[in-house]
Amino acid sequence: MENMVNVYLFGKQYRVPENLTIMRAMEYAGYKLVRGCGCRNGFCGACATIYRIKGDKTLRTCLACQTKVENDMYVATLPFFPLVKEVYDINEISPSQRVMMQLYPEIYACVGCNACTKACTQSLNVMQYIAYAQRGEFDKCAEESFDCVMCGCCSSRCPAGISHPQVAMLARRLNGKYLAPKSEHLENRVREIKDGTFTELIEALMGKPIEELKELYNTREIEK
Amino acid sequence: MYAKEFQESLKAVEEAREANIAYEPARMTAKEKEDLLAAYHPDYKKDQFEELKIGPNKGEKVPKELCGILEARSRIRPGDVDLNNPKYDVDVLVIGGGGAGASAAIEADTAGASVMIATKLRIGDANTMMAEGGIQAADKPNDSPAIHFLDAFGGGHFAAKRELLSKLVCNAPEAIQWLNELGVEFDKAPDGTMVTTHGGGTSRKRMHAAKDYSGAEIMRTLRDEVLNRGIPVIDFTSAVELILDESGKAAGAVLMNMETGDLSVARAKTVIIATGGAGRMHYQGFPTSNHYGATADGLVLGYRVGAKLLYAETLQYHPTGAAFPQQIFGALVTEKVRSLGAKLVNRDGKVFMHPLETRDVAAASIIRECSDRGEGVQTGDGDAVWLDTPMIEKIGGEGTIEKRIPAMMRMFGSYGIDIRREPILVYPTLHYQNGGLDINVDGMTTSVENLFVAGEAVGGIHGRNRLMGNSLLDIIVFGRNAGQNAAARSKKTTVGTLTLDHISKFDAEREAAGIETDVVSPMLLPDYTRKKSEV
Ligand SMILES: Cc1cc2nc3c(=O)[nH]c(=O)nc-3n(C[C@H](O)[C@H](O)[C@H](O)COP(=O)(O)OP(=O)(O)OC[C@H]3O[C@@H](n4cnc5c(N)ncnc54)[C@H](O)[C@@H]3O)c2cc1C
Ligand code: FES
Repeated sequence: MENMVNVYLFGKQYRVPENLTIMRAMEYAGYKLVRGCGCRNGFCGACATIYRIKGDKTLRTCLACQTKVENDMYVATLPFFPLVKEVYDINEISPSQRVMMQLYPEIYACVGCNACTKACTQSLNVMQYIAYAQRGEFDKCAEESFDCVMCGCCSSRCPAGISHPQVAMLARRLNGKYLAPKSEHLENRVREIKDGTFTELIEALMGKPIEELKELYNTREIEK
Repeated sequence: MYAKEFQESLKAVEEAREANIAYEPARMTAKEKEDLLAAYHPDYKKDQFEELKIGPNKGEKVPKELCGILEARSRIRPGDVDLNNPKYDVDVLVIGGGGAGASAAIEADTAGASVMIATKLRIGDANTMMAEGGIQAADKPNDSPAIHFLDAFGGGHFAAKRELLSKLVCNAPEAIQWLNELGVEFDKAPDGTMVTTHGGGTSRKRMHAAKDYSGAEIMRTLRDEVLNRGIPVIDFTSAVELILDESGKAAGAVLMNMETGDLSVARAKTVIIATGGAGRMHYQGFPTSNHYGATADGLVLGYRVGAKLLYAETLQYHPTGAAFPQQIFGALVTEKVRSLGAKLVNRDGKVFMHPLETRDVAAASIIRECSDRGEGVQTGDGDAVWLDTPMIEKIGGEGTIEKRIPAMMRMFGSYGIDIRREPILVYPTLHYQNGGLDINVDGMTTSVENLFVAGEAVGGIHGRNRLMGNSLLDIIVFGRNAGQNAAARSKKTTVGTLTLDHISKFDAEREAAGIETDVVSPMLLPDYTRKKSEV
């Protein structure tokens, strides 16, 4: 028999096998999930969850699909959190500090409590990336925030009302579009294709009998 | 840390590591591959397939589970909704908020059409978000769209529709550029050169990536753009039936609120199905790497109104699903782990194949190792083989894993396995729906006018197998294409009277064929609640 543990889902007690994730434990208990479950594998941030272990005052946050249950765990899921997403035209803005001041001025009200970092389900240094955003260092903000799944746990703990994931999203787009170096080979290739450089080659392939294509494929040179 | 029952095998793997790194296993010949596939690939297990008795592909075989939902009953009766009072009325209705749907919506919006997205969960809760490895495009000087074409055509067993594949490869560089200009961050060298690697079956290094969050980076950027443009996203709302007009053209869909069950009508001049894959159908009992809503809904919706399927009998089993620990059973271990140098190793520490064979061949080879050859490692949930991740650090230098595949490191790290020092256990997992609805170059189905399809719900772009990195590519290329063409067509379309007559027609066909079934479809979500019998 599997080892069982006590968990409290929204306060109600269930006994579930100890090797389950919180998400599987909910299903074991009989919940058919609609909200709070997306990718089931740590990429989409749909399953943000808050918990506390009996006897411990610390409030913890996690992704329900990535975290094993523990004995005497009190679980509340956070399937939606009202993050503020400002809209902008990516072609009209520029990667300057001003854009953050205009769109997300509340980041300058950060009190430095670091609750966001402690809450991050991806172990990111959230307060640090907000500091980069404040200074207009979008490349650094982008790098530091890259693994963010936008679950919103950080924002749920922020006394200044910052929507950290959205700030980081803006920084990454600015970095990707304006700051990261341009890829010359890519631009060249797009131009060559437009100019029809490969049209003949492709058309020749399109017209070849299968046997000939098989031969070409099986003998093609493979880059080391 | 692995428990002691793994230690003996682990030791063999460690001892052989240096030699295995240096060893370059031969690639299989065409004949060897064919024999291997026929003997071990799940697509070749005849008793797992069933002949469709009704619908446009009548007489063809598809997986049993798919046959069941294609022939099933509708979730609604025509009288359940008032077709004369649509809640939504748009030019272009996009069904599905993954990468294909978002790209289509953005392009339709750019073309000046009114567009909305209805999606089952939240926008971005989708297979696109989970793609790790990367996206292909022939943009390096030693590469060309023609070489890309050949790789994909051969990898797909020479079955792709050539005109679709040609569009895919020729529009690939532009797709990367489009994403980059939206702000997607690709891995680049300081001079701007894209960092590209091999994927299974590629003959040039053309896999572009954003660490191992490639899909997430693309998806969150597209989502942000959809929101910036104010395109309405109706979330937690699934399409459960398409609507045609009296002339047989697609003209909208019946939508269902996933939480309240409420039905509503969306009328549209053109409809784009972008509902993605089918991993949660668990064909042949396989675990899956797919998101929660991957239940082949688009195939059902299209099939019932008469759209033809192509290659629906071919599925992709990703060779490296996590086999241990149990909490992540079936989750994807990205192919990039092998691109970066990790090899597949059996119980005795022997490298049993070239790590970069195409996916179907690699999956079959692992299944052979774990079955007839008896060379698998027992995990408690079946057998598995090792993927020797510490090789990556030895080849690429310390820190390579953290820099290039942080998601993998995190996934196993949560369960106490440090993939920089310890290898991981893998077994094939149901990953991708190769087949789907048949389309022409404009992205419209070949049999229902004004019904477009994009993304994993399409069949024919890749043939009978898809190479890593060509799917993220197809959702962008054909997503944009569908959005542009659906918008253009909507300008020339006037919608007639809406009908759901196809439901009773399909019912009549089913009855005439003598099929008895209580199953309703689309399935929408799998049911993972513990069955009472298990208590
Ligand atoms: C773990 C993983 C890793 C991958 N890695 C790679 C990779 O490295 N490179 C690569 O090229 N490809 C990869 N793929 C494949 C690729 O990511 C997908 O094939 C592709 O993203 C599919 O995009 P899509 O937009 O068609 O479907 P999805 O992104 O799945 O979007 C479909 C959307 O439609 C919604 N939906 C479904 N049914 C309905 C309905 N009835 N009504 C309304 N909405 C509905 C879904 O919930 C979902 O939001 C990977 C796939 C997975 C699962
Ligand atoms: S369900 Fe996607 S992160 Fe947990």
